[in-house]
Amino acid sequence: MAQQMTREESVRRKQQSINSVITVILSIVCVIWMYPILLIVFNSLKVESAISTNRIFELPIGNAFNGFQNFIYGVTKMDFMSSFWYSLFITVSSVALIILCCSMCAWYISRVTSKFSSAVYYLCVFSMVVPFQMVMFTLSKTADTLKLNTPYNICVIYLGFGAGLAVFMFTGFMKSMPLEIEEAAMIDGCSPLQIFFRIVMPITKPTTISTAILETMWVWNDYLLPTLVLDIKKYRTIPMDIQYFRGSYGSVQMGPMMACIVITIIPVIVLYLVCQKHIIEGVVAGAVKG
Amino acid sequence: MEKSIRKYWPVFVLPTMAAFTIGFIWPFIWGLYLSLCKFQTLKKVTFIGLSNYTKVFEDATFVHAFGFTALFTIVSTLTINILAFFLAMLLTRKARGTNVFRTIFFMPNLIGGIVLGYIWQSLLNGLLSKWGMPLLALSAKEGFWGLVILMGWQQIGYMMIIYIAGLQNVSPDLIEAAEIDGATSWQVLKSVKIPIVMPSITICTFLTLTNSFKLFDQNLSLTNGEPAKNTQMLALNIYETYYARSGASWKGIGQAKAVVFFLIVVVISLVQLRFTRSKEVQA
Repeated sequence: MAQQMTREESVRRKQQSINSVITVILSIVCVIWMYPILLIVFNSLKVESAISTNRIFELPIGNAFNGFQNFIYGVTKMDFMSSFWYSLFITVSSVALIILCCSMCAWYISRVTSKFSSAVYYLCVFSMVVPFQMVMFTLSKTADTLKLNTPYNICVIYLGFGAGLAVFMFTGFMKSMPLEIEEAAMIDGCSPLQIFFRIVMPITKPTTISTAILETMWVWNDYLLPTLVLDIKKYRTIPMDIQYFRGSYGSVQMGPMMACIVITIIPVIVLYLVCQKHIIEGVVAGAVKG
Repeated sequence: MEKSIRKYWPVFVLPTMAAFTIGFIWPFIWGLYLSLCKFQTLKKVTFIGLSNYTKVFEDATFVHAFGFTALFTIVSTLTINILAFFLAMLLTRKARGTNVFRTIFFMPNLIGGIVLGYIWQSLLNGLLSKWGMPLLALSAKEGFWGLVILMGWQQIGYMMIIYIAGLQNVSPDLIEAAEIDGATSWQVLKSVKIPIVMPSITICTFLTLTNSFKLFDQNLSLTNGEPAKNTQMLALNIYETYYARSGASWKGIGQAKAVVFFLIVVVISLVQLRFTRSKEVQA
């Protein structure tokens, strides 16, 4: 008995020392992992001449240090903030519209059994596999014809192309919800709209959060759709802006570009650190359904 | 209840279906039709049957892009999944700092493809010039590995999260039982953990396969196909056929390429899902 105790003890000790080694190794890996982001932050604080390819690894100290000049330049001269607001507006309006419309649609098709319902469902699943290149030209022409080509109504296009994933995720969850609560509400005299907003919406909150996160990550970072749909001379989202400034190679100023990238990344990272639990759960939920 | 909900279909289904028709169904059908046509602007569209499709395979850049994309997809799917699984194994051992590591590894996933390409172009070109090697825009080999590294950095964290969720489903009792039966840790991994985590493997392989195959933003911003279209992947090739080539016939051929691309994605997805699903077990 005593012998077995010592054996277990030694196994536990061994596990612990392996774990400490893992912690040390992973800490080093994490520093390397973060390095690309740190590199951009460092370079955003440097003077233009110190950002060239062979001086990129120098730290922002001494002569190379430029304070926040690049940030000031990027925000005031490059009109970067307008792209920021366009991106923010498009993302918020699109995700809100997707969540509202798709959860309603999903509730309908999970509660009404008909050929129409299953047709809608399978079309949505199908749309998730189709690569964007398949529809990019015709979609941008359709958007032009219907005048859906401004940041204020591009959310309709996003609803159309993003509906697949959202409907799929909501339907998966709603099919597993018990019918009894909704039936009881109906007997008490609720209309379907009241049932949906007062009962179904609160119950589906976890799925709503997961879906909202996945769609936000998509819309905020999307480059090709807004490039093809919006008029690039009038409206630019952040990814469009960055690609647009790089297109004019040579004349582009690296410092302000780095500063703009930092301004782009920081809010996303802060948001992530604040609600990372939801984001990680959202990713897992999305994957399990998918 | 069903009856009263049914009456509300204009409220519940119509908005989504209208947008879905505008944003997907109509462009898709129209796209299929245009792949059979010759056109430069939409004012003059002539139906020419399947000849766009024969031209797709005569276009050497498309064939090259296909080979490059296929190789990239295989290499990045393997590296991402193996590394992500390995990290997930390390992070489920309850070592100190696990949560911090998980947070950091996932972080790159939140950064968009265009910005990622820009970051890595600066970093990799800096390294390459330090080591006296050709810059990204000058060598297809460097460009290929640059894309693999970039893709790994972006996706490993995401897949790791899914693998962690899968590994947490493996009950400790099962592992203990295997150990009592004298299984080595390699055998535990091979015969207990991997079969139970198979659903996660299915999903992660599916996601990495399709993400790599459909890669566009990262390709555009890291190498833009340089040198001389040698690092051009399929999605970029289609885009370039559409918007950067002059000549009356290229738009139709571009659309035909897009249809071929779509069919390949569908076939890959179906084959992969069937293959890994068949290996899933009930625990």
